[in-house]
Amino acid sequence: MSLQLSIWLIVGLTFALYIGIAIWSRASSTNEFYVAGKGVHPVANGMATAADWMSAASFISMAGIISFLGYDGSVYLMGWTGGYVLLALLLAPYLRKFGKFTVPAFIGDRYYSNTARTVAVFCALIVSFTYIAGQMRGVGVVFSRYLEVDINSGVFIGMGIVLFYAILGGMKGITYTQVAQYCVLIFAFMVPAIFISIEMTSNPIPQLGFGSAGSDGVYLLDKLNGLHEELGFSKYTSGSKSTLDVFFITAALMIGTAGLPHVIVRFFTVKKVSDARKSAGWALLFIAILYTTAPAIAVFARTNLIDTVSEKNYTDMPSWFKKWEDTGLLKFDDKNGDNIIQYNGNEMINELTIDRDIMVLANPEIAQLPNWVIALLAAGALAAALSTAAGLLLVISSSVSHDLIKRIIKPDISEKGELFAARLSALFAVLLAGYFGINPPDFVAATVALAFGLAAASFFPAIVLGIFYKKMNKEGAISGMVIGILLMLFYMTKFKFGWFGGGAESDWWFGISPEGFGTVAMIVNFIVSISVSKFTSPPPKEIIELVDNIRLPNENDD
Amino acid sequence: MNKIKSEAYWKKNLKYLVILLSIWFSVSFGFGILLVDELNQIQFFGFKLGFWFAQQGSIYVFVILIFVYIYLMNKLDKNYRSRK
Repeated sequence: MSLQLSIWLIVGLTFALYIGIAIWSRASSTNEFYVAGKGVHPVANGMATAADWMSAASFISMAGIISFLGYDGSVYLMGWTGGYVLLALLLAPYLRKFGKFTVPAFIGDRYYSNTARTVAVFCALIVSFTYIAGQMRGVGVVFSRYLEVDINSGVFIGMGIVLFYAILGGMKGITYTQVAQYCVLIFAFMVPAIFISIEMTSNPIPQLGFGSAGSDGVYLLDKLNGLHEELGFSKYTSGSKSTLDVFFITAALMIGTAGLPHVIVRFFTVKKVSDARKSAGWALLFIAILYTTAPAIAVFARTNLIDTVSEKNYTDMPSWFKKWEDTGLLKFDDKNGDNIIQYNGNEMINELTIDRDIMVLANPEIAQLPNWVIALLAAGALAAALSTAAGLLLVISSSVSHDLIKRIIKPDISEKGELFAARLSALFAVLLAGYFGINPPDFVAATVALAFGLAAASFFPAIVLGIFYKKMNKEGAISGMVIGILLMLFYMTKFKFGWFGGGAESDWWFGISPEGFGTVAMIVNFIVSISVSKFTSPPPKEIIELVDNIRLPNENDD
Repeated sequence: MNKIKSEAYWKKNLKYLVILLSIWFSVSFGFGILLVDELNQIQFFGFKLGFWFAQQGSIYVFVILIFVYIYLMNKLDKNYRSRK
């Protein structure tokens, strides 16, 4: 079977599966639309959370980024997994006990204030929109690369699919399609990884192959360090970022993860408080499978690539080299005209430019795996992008229909009217996301980091203090959120987009990059919240009782 | 009496949190970042130990921590309900 045909076949089959699930799990009430009727099994919820969480970037780009950054890439590995410990221990069970539909609902009720609710809605919308634009773009890119349609048509197909199952099924439809999407994406990620691990180290488990020796008896990492030194790159196992910056970026990603509304809302969908804890555990386990494999792939792919191309004659390159050159992801510029590829850490003599995405996308070809594996990879990348987009879409639609319309603008709206509003806002959100997918603003890549910083600087302190500090009042929480967000926005726009006079790397405050600044803004939020609350009136008695209630397990089995 | 039970429950929960989060901090920010150069002097199979913690070990420990917390809290919840 030709490559093109097997890709269409496998992608078509998975799409049919998603649509089938959506029809089977239609939502008929707001309870089902927002939180899947609160009846999702913790293991299923763990899988759905994992698919929701792992985006096109995790699937396609992360291994490649790590393979270029080496040790510095650890910030993503630890940062995007460690947040689940915070979620499971500090947030998920209490928010589930509270028992509402959304994050702004918790903030609005706990801080007895519609101002707090509106601020939270505003944050949720910004965070989710910056994220979803990148996902739609990812869908388009995968389509164009594998299915030979142009990027825009790819975005349209993706929009159509997401729209169908998100609007029809709401959270219920999304949850069960995400379970299927997790299975597709993890299978697609692991198959090539296992093949390559066997090929390079004769160990089928990539996590172990990573620390094994190749056929020449030298440990893979030692070999790669040697190659790096020879070619003028810094050692793979030691980084070039400052320890302080690595610390702050990791913290910002962890705390941002724990504050992302589309992740938190998944814990509202289970039956009991204990199930919320369980789902966080399963979710991290399912995520860890991919996150511990990615650094192994990074090392395999990098070693393989250097071995294949470095100091080799350009005319002897295998066919995949030419193919990826055509897509522009690989560029060879024969500076000294000797027809030999010099890949070097020194920009002056380096002749090869490699896009980071190639490490995952071209891996099966580099390792000469069969066509169906390549097709699987395309389906997996699409599953990753679609599942995340759908989860974000739901946060946007529920923030608008529930928190804005039902709670603030028109409290007497009927259940049917609210459900209609939810579907309508999902439709608008898809159209807007599609628009950004087709006309990506330059700042899409930069704003993904902004989304984490914003979540860390706004939601995390307000939620944690709301649970663990009874005396926290509305004045404290609102001023903390507003100042935290504004500070983060200021720093990001100053150093990323050159607003407010801009600034170079040497102007960073305390040497902390914009990616790591979410941690600083979060600390400021905590300090402001607590100080303001000391000078203003304590929360009313019924709020203290609410907090007491959140902290305790239910009388019966929940 | 009820209030005392509730307070005991919450204190115990906080104790678990402090212990587990200290481990969470040590394996990632400690072993993986602050002490990485020192630990990299130690060879662990084909890895330098600090590098291993940063790219593998910390993630395994995170998973274990959550499951330990699930176990501890389920026990604590059961205890709380039965003593009521």
